Amino acid sequence: MKIVVCIKRVPDTESRIKLGADGVSIDRAGIKSVISPYDEFALELALRLKESQGSGEVIAMTLGDKDSNEQLRSALAMGADRAIRLDGTADLDGLATAHAIASELRGVAPDLVLTGMKATDDDQQQVGTMLAELLGVASISVVASFEVENGRVRAHREVEGGVEHVDAPLPALLTITKTEFEPRLPRLQAIMAAKKKPLEEKPAARPQGRVKVLAMSPPPERPAGRVVGNGPDAVPELVRLLREEAKVL
Amino acid sequence: MPGILAVAEQRNGKLRTVSGEVVSAARSLADALQTEVEAALLGPPAIREAAPELGRFGAARVHVGVHDAFEQYSPDGFGGTLADLIRAGDYHTVLFPASALGKDLAPRVAARLDVPLAADATALDIESGELIITRPILAGRVFARLTLEAAPRLVSVRPNVFLPVERPATANVVPLAIAGSPEQWRVVVRETAAAAAGQVDVAEATIIVSGGRGMKGPENWHLLEALRDAIGTGAALGASRAVVDQGWRPHAEQVGQTGKTVSPKLYFAVAISGAMQHLAGMRSAGTIVAINKDPDAPIFKVADYGLVGDVAEVLPRLTAEIRKARGI
Repeated sequence: MKIVVCIKRVPDTESRIKLGADGVSIDRAGIKSVISPYDEFALELALRLKESQGSGEVIAMTLGDKDSNEQLRSALAMGADRAIRLDGTADLDGLATAHAIASELRGVAPDLVLTGMKATDDDQQQVGTMLAELLGVASISVVASFEVENGRVRAHREVEGGVEHVDAPLPALLTITKTEFEPRLPRLQAIMAAKKKPLEEKPAARPQGRVKVLAMSPPPERPAGRVVGNGPDAVPELVRLLREEAKVL
Repeated sequence: MPGILAVAEQRNGKLRTVSGEVVSAARSLADALQTEVEAALLGPPAIREAAPELGRFGAARVHVGVHDAFEQYSPDGFGGTLADLIRAGDYHTVLFPASALGKDLAPRVAARLDVPLAADATALDIESGELIITRPILAGRVFARLTLEAAPRLVSVRPNVFLPVERPATANVVPLAIAGSPEQWRVVVRETAAAAAGQVDVAEATIIVSGGRGMKGPENWHLLEALRDAIGTGAALGASRAVVDQGWRPHAEQVGQTGKTVSPKLYFAVAISGAMQHLAGMRSAGTIVAINKDPDAPIFKVADYGLVGDVAEVLPRLTAEIRKARGI
């Protein structure tokens, strides 16, 4: 099976976020970047699928600038066979990004495309599902585990305290949530070997974005709260405040 | 003037709360633009009876698409039907709920129409006739204000943020043709297992009871479950990343940057110290209550009401007081 995993370079979730001087962007200078965590879970599932089948190819793909090569090399060190970087910028227009990836994937013709259910920077939860629609393949979102059998994929989604079983024919695209399999940590030898694996770079055929950012700002400050008291004896006063002052109970 | 279309959501033949929110949000845009609101509702035949109720939130007309197969969500069936409706109409803006279903459906419709989508908006404003969308990025650590340079403008709105506004009115119901048939729909939902009746997703709950590492282990979660049950409908359990990483609770409950970003009206942070990535995910809650034995925990800086104490002592008392206040 040919499996493509779409990944994105995002700021580490623990990093301090600074706004750019232009007021419409994030200043990425000096910020540690990582593979978006859900994309990393997707990559781990792709590698496990290839291992269980004993053959196949895993291709890591991203749309980004040269800095994103760092994340592609990490993907190669984890075990991807080759990588493709579409040179460009993924702004908040997820559809334009999906168009760029779709135009490349039509040539690659994978059996299965996996990607994180959302990128942890833009939080839009849309590019994967849009990509499938543009490619005309079936897609299932927010998948926690899946099996491939007889040309079909059976996926399990987490929904509202339960699990939903969903079925689709291949080729298909799945967006992956956190799974039971922690992404593997590559050994030094694999990191060295990854430097020699193929990493192809080509310009992204990304249409002009149609989402215009007017301003970015920090979240509104919350008014200072107060400590109601100590221990269980303060509970009646807390409940009174929630009912009478905040009126939320 | 093109109208506003609100995509409503049902479950088991009943309108979901978020439907009132989406239609009300559409109504306030329509008022500012002096235009009309239409709604679309897809589901099993039983929803025909519920459809006119959308008039109470300001929809003049409801397009109702029914199919026996719509007992379950169908990505292809819903996506194709809505895309056809929107193509045939003339809409300034189409609003979806950013619910679990809406987050799957809206990108499909956007791709079929080839227009961009702004997801999970927390505010919508009309300024000089243009729709200005506010949406959090980086799990709420940054807010972006943006416009969509396309028509129609597709936006999904975060549950619990836009208040439903009711008025005495009913809507005209018009039937909506379903695109395709079940044999053509590739993705099939086979079964939904173990989703307990009345359970709400943490991203859609109006009240969240979240536990952190200070709960000391999964065996103590019955204290949080008792509190959730005392609060009643609309309440859900949440968890910090530390708790999920330890395997104490499922990832579906995680609140924060690698989990869900939530805006309930009331959020209980119990034994959660308040790491930056957690605060980002819940700081837009209406009211925040922190219960922690460490008076210096960062969570107290964002909490409206703090209580310093041992959860093993405080939680049973809190559950009892809430039950008493509710008369149960």
